[in-house]
Amino acid sequence: MGENETILEVRDVSVRYGAIRAISNVSFSVKRGEILTLIGSNGAGKTTTLRAISGMVRCTGNVRFMDQEIAGTRPDVLVTRGLCHCPEGRGIFANMSVEENLNLGAFIRSDKHEIEKDKQRVFELFPRIKERLKQNAGTLSGGEQQMLAIGRALLARPKLLLLDEPSLGLAPQLVQTIFKIIREINAQGVSILLVEQNAHMALQVAHHAVVLEVGKVAMTGLASDLAKSDEVRKAYLGHG
Amino acid sequence: MAELLQIMVAVVAVGSLYALIALGYTMVYGILKFINFAHSDVFVLGAWVSLVLSVMIISALKLAPGSSPPLWIAPLVLIAAMVVCGLVGFAIERLAYKPLRKAPRLNVLITAIGVSLLLQNVGQLTGFAVAKDDDGKTIATVPFGPSPKRMPSLLPETAAPDPNLAKPLVLIQPVDVFIFVSAIVLMVGLQYLVFRTKFGAAMRAVSFNTETAALMGIRVDRVISVTFVTGAMLAAAAGFMYALKYPGLNQTAHETWVLLGLKAFVAAVVGGIGNVRGAVLGGFLIAFIEFMGMYCFSKYLDPVLHTNMGTNLRDVYVFAMLIFVLLVRPAGILGSQLKEKV
Ligand SMILES: Nc1ncnc2c1ncn2[C@@H]1O[C@H](COP(=O)(O)OP(=O)(O)OP(=O)(O)O)[C@@H](O)[C@H]1O
Ligand SMILES: [Mg+2]
Repeated sequence: MGENETILEVRDVSVRYGAIRAISNVSFSVKRGEILTLIGSNGAGKTTTLRAISGMVRCTGNVRFMDQEIAGTRPDVLVTRGLCHCPEGRGIFANMSVEENLNLGAFIRSDKHEIEKDKQRVFELFPRIKERLKQNAGTLSGGEQQMLAIGRALLARPKLLLLDEPSLGLAPQLVQTIFKIIREINAQGVSILLVEQNAHMALQVAHHAVVLEVGKVAMTGLASDLAKSDEVRKAYLGHG
Repeated sequence: MAELLQIMVAVVAVGSLYALIALGYTMVYGILKFINFAHSDVFVLGAWVSLVLSVMIISALKLAPGSSPPLWIAPLVLIAAMVVCGLVGFAIERLAYKPLRKAPRLNVLITAIGVSLLLQNVGQLTGFAVAKDDDGKTIATVPFGPSPKRMPSLLPETAAPDPNLAKPLVLIQPVDVFIFVSAIVLMVGLQYLVFRTKFGAAMRAVSFNTETAALMGIRVDRVISVTFVTGAMLAAAAGFMYALKYPGLNQTAHETWVLLGLKAFVAAVVGGIGNVRGAVLGGFLIAFIEFMGMYCFSKYLDPVLHTNMGTNLRDVYVFAMLIFVLLVRPAGILGSQLKEKV
């Protein structure tokens, strides 16, 4: 695996919250242009891993993004380098309109013309957002908020997008749509690190997968292989 | 009727002062969720810096005795006081609050009280002379010293009405006009900053959720810093206006200042702390209640001390109003009950 094929490399990363060890010695890497999914049960440390990568929590170990060490770098700096984190629970600014939320996604950019084009692309992916531009973002439905959160993250023109449970709390129909869109975004050249409870769907869209169990990497491999393995089928896909 | 109109003039002027100070409390609360107890001391600093600067400029100009100072001094001093207090606000945030960003709220609150005491007491030190009168007597020092001083008048005064002519309905002094106009300009400017600019959107984002704001690429520390500086500059403007309207300035730790700061804080709470428009509304409302209370009860003596219930109980009306609002709308008039404040 050549260096420039890897966009993100996580090596021996550990995070503690006071006395609690949330993740220990987590290692994996995301290849440029792929979708890698991180699955695991509640409390396994998926969110913590994403937070460590995007600089929201302190960690030990090494994180390399596009051949630069980024462990300890502030999240706002990472955004400017092309690493965007769409947090768990969507992180919509409910005190602002949908449009203002979108504009904040493009906060680091000043190329008005290009931003406008990217917005149009977001509207193509999520036509509902366009209809609700002036509405207060807090009044959107859960699914609409999720779309807004993803659309907003896209406006920063990420090279690597960290998505934390984008299908959380959505109706099955919408889950399908969201995963279809995740694929589309990936097809447009954005590498994606996808955290999911819905292992079934996640393993379908992803190229590679990492399974976390109580803060440690339990398995790594091709998503299609993991989907077939007995352990994963038993623990995460609900098959006997 | 004329009397009521005259009261309204005072309400507008004093309300502008409360509103300007309340804005600083509310902006800092909106972003950091703590009450900056040192804020009212920045207001006092603004008043004293204005006094010292005015004295320095006037003594440097060597005006003929009896002549009134040129009009450009007022806006110049206003801007200079805002700059000085802005810098002090920046330093306070950087040195006292920023190191405590991840510390418990209570630590920050206690630090704020410490900063407040520091400003009050440093202000009273007998400083070195920065202006002398013709006889070589010191007339202004930095810091400001322990005794009260008088702010020179920078604006012309309306002559007392000619008793032979018909009495004018209301008497509006240039200082009231100046206060109202500058306050409106500043408040409209702030509204524009917060609600119409990209930076304002960043401020509101930080206020709503600091972590998510950082994920948008917003430099949270810079936003916090600018918020502090803006609040301090508005307080300085209020300090300057206060000194124009009430030229006898007490030493920096005097209780009159504490009470003023407290009332501005009440204005922020009544309007809904964290809400910029609420602070403006609260400021004018507090002034209205205070002056109407004084007016309505001015003919009565209180049953205990047999003093006039008007002026003596003016603060009571304000705090009664606070209690009433908190009972009816605990989050303040414009405060939302949800976590949706700016
Ligand atoms: N701020 C915190 N303080 C203390 N412990 C925390 C904190 N955040 C997470 N933890 C703990 O760290 C562990 C991992 O949490 P994390 O949120 O990363 O799990 P997760 O895999 O994302 O779970 P879920 O699927 O439920 O979102 C959990 O045991 C959790 O209780
Ligand atoms: Mg999680």
